[in-house]
Amino acid sequence: MRPSAVRLLNILVPIKRTIDYAVKIRVNPNQTGVDTNVKHSMNPFDEIAVEEAIRLREKLKDEIKSIKVVTIGPPKAADTLRTALAMGADSGIHIEVPESAPAPEPLGVAKALKAIIEREEEKGGVDLVIMGKQAIDDDAGQTGQMLAGVMGWAQATFASKLVVDTGKKEASVTREIDGGLEEVRCKLPVVVTTDLRLNEPRYASLPNIMKAKKKPIEKISASDLGIDLTPIFETIQVTEPPKRTGGQKVGSVDELVAKLKEAGITAVKS
Amino acid sequence: MISSSFIFTLRSGRSILLGKAFVRTYASAPSPHALVYLEHRGGQLDSGSLSALTAATQLGGPVTGLVVGSQEEVPKVVEKAKLLKGLTTLLHSSSPSYAQLLPEIISPLFRKLLTSSPYTHVVSAHSSSAKSLLPRVAAQLDVPALSDVTSVEHDGSTNTTTFTRPIYAGNAVATVRAPSSLSLKFFTVRATAFDAAPEDSSASVEMKAVDPVDTSSPTEHVSTSLTKSSRPELSTAPRVVSGGRALKNAETFEKTIYPLADLLGAAVGASRAAVDAGYCDNSLQVGQTGKVVAPELYMAIGISGAIQHLAGMKDSKLIVAVNKASAAYISAMVMPLKLGPLQDGDAPIFQVADVGLVADLYETVPQIIEKMSQ
Repeated sequence: MRPSAVRLLNILVPIKRTIDYAVKIRVNPNQTGVDTNVKHSMNPFDEIAVEEAIRLREKLKDEIKSIKVVTIGPPKAADTLRTALAMGADSGIHIEVPESAPAPEPLGVAKALKAIIEREEEKGGVDLVIMGKQAIDDDAGQTGQMLAGVMGWAQATFASKLVVDTGKKEASVTREIDGGLEEVRCKLPVVVTTDLRLNEPRYASLPNIMKAKKKPIEKISASDLGIDLTPIFETIQVTEPPKRTGGQKVGSVDELVAKLKEAGITAVKS
Repeated sequence: MISSSFIFTLRSGRSILLGKAFVRTYASAPSPHALVYLEHRGGQLDSGSLSALTAATQLGGPVTGLVVGSQEEVPKVVEKAKLLKGLTTLLHSSSPSYAQLLPEIISPLFRKLLTSSPYTHVVSAHSSSAKSLLPRVAAQLDVPALSDVTSVEHDGSTNTTTFTRPIYAGNAVATVRAPSSLSLKFFTVRATAFDAAPEDSSASVEMKAVDPVDTSSPTEHVSTSLTKSSRPELSTAPRVVSGGRALKNAETFEKTIYPLADLLGAAVGASRAAVDAGYCDNSLQVGQTGKVVAPELYMAIGISGAIQHLAGMKDSKLIVAVNKASAAYISAMVMPLKLGPLQDGDAPIFQVADVGLVADLYETVPQIIEKMSQ
């Protein structure tokens, strides 16, 4: 007999479709943004978040009731949801925005996620949000903290280890901080943001990719949620960074040391 | 009142003075007033916060500093902070519960300070602690935030602030404007883009203690473990010696990189590949997801130079690279099947290096050490 007191956990994993991390990006000629007609994939930190949710289920079995992935993005972001479903998530929510819409700011995303969480209340609520610590396109690194802020929830950013105790409704999280590590204990519900070292995401197998096609994706619009995703900051221009005039090679250690000395670099230790 | 002269040069080469134009500033115009979060550790101010203070002074208005911490630490830090040039007021708040700066515990203090306040901007370093805290506070006050800005300029006549910040791992730079309708502008500052605020012994800073705000936190601190090092701090060191995947293991990393770093008085850094392989501690990682450094000298030893690594070091003044193996490492380690075969010496690090040497690092590094110490 299972003890019935244990509350089953619902996990929400927000993910983002970004330009693939290996693509060398180019600024568009109008300097309004970057050329997006390139390979896209799931934000690497979000893959880690999906993987962690699935590992939690593998560890805690039936104590995890559901793993839902949610994305805000153009129609093509549905592919990213499918990838997460193929990795092992149960269902997806797609807050669809027009292809031409400006990229929403973390604050808008956090409010949209809050609206999603409130909608989930009737289905058992959300106990744990696992998301990437930053998206590799805007490099903002704010959404998780903002979501925890608007929900008034605990937060554990830059997680490199996550242990959930469903009985105590607590999560112990090891965080990567400047200069080392920190461990915190958070009461659920909590927002956890993932650092690179949390885990190594799996590849989806072909059978799971096929299965993922049958998993449900709910499509809604920002206006359905009563959310305005219009950015408050105005992006005036996007430019190339200044180019380095590097690329000079020397032929020997002597030349290298001479260049160092020329630049005024000398040994400080005798 | 600001006055300026307009001089027109005629085709003949003669200049004529058209007269003085006066630009009036009205007392009612909202002037910028920044609140800078001054972080500290072990009684010392973090150097990143000194850069944040410089950024705050560039807004052109008064600057209030804020020191938060335990009752033992705050008085020590305040003694140092009150000497900082550019500060007009220094707020400090101490409480036993502020010994660990959990965002859940100190965000209520920030909310209290920022609600119907004179402040127009909230500034901090882009440190792990401020990155966790400021977005939480901003969202609770229903305002957006900007991360890791590299320049800031306030236009008093339109009451807008314009920032630049790197996006896409530093491969593009966005210029972003905060509209005048945005009452509070939160931003974190890339420390390497601003000089550290100097001390000024003649500074007269108004000091004010702020009562802590009691709160019940859903999060408690369990433990902190910091990496001890006698070497300079990575993010602010004037010289950095970094090792990569090619160092093979922790022992050779230590034997090769540390003596060179010590000789040069440099901090030790590493690529993600070296960190992931366990050659050194996570906190040494340089790159998009680690530290961003811009020292006078960056020596990359056995680092091929993936985009994510370059994001963390390409603003260094002098980049020196020693690498034998090439992008073969990248194709094998980082981007499977995404790059074609490349020749030795084609590692992307050489595209940004001012001085590059294609050679075996195990032979080269001892020779550099020997010749540098002569």
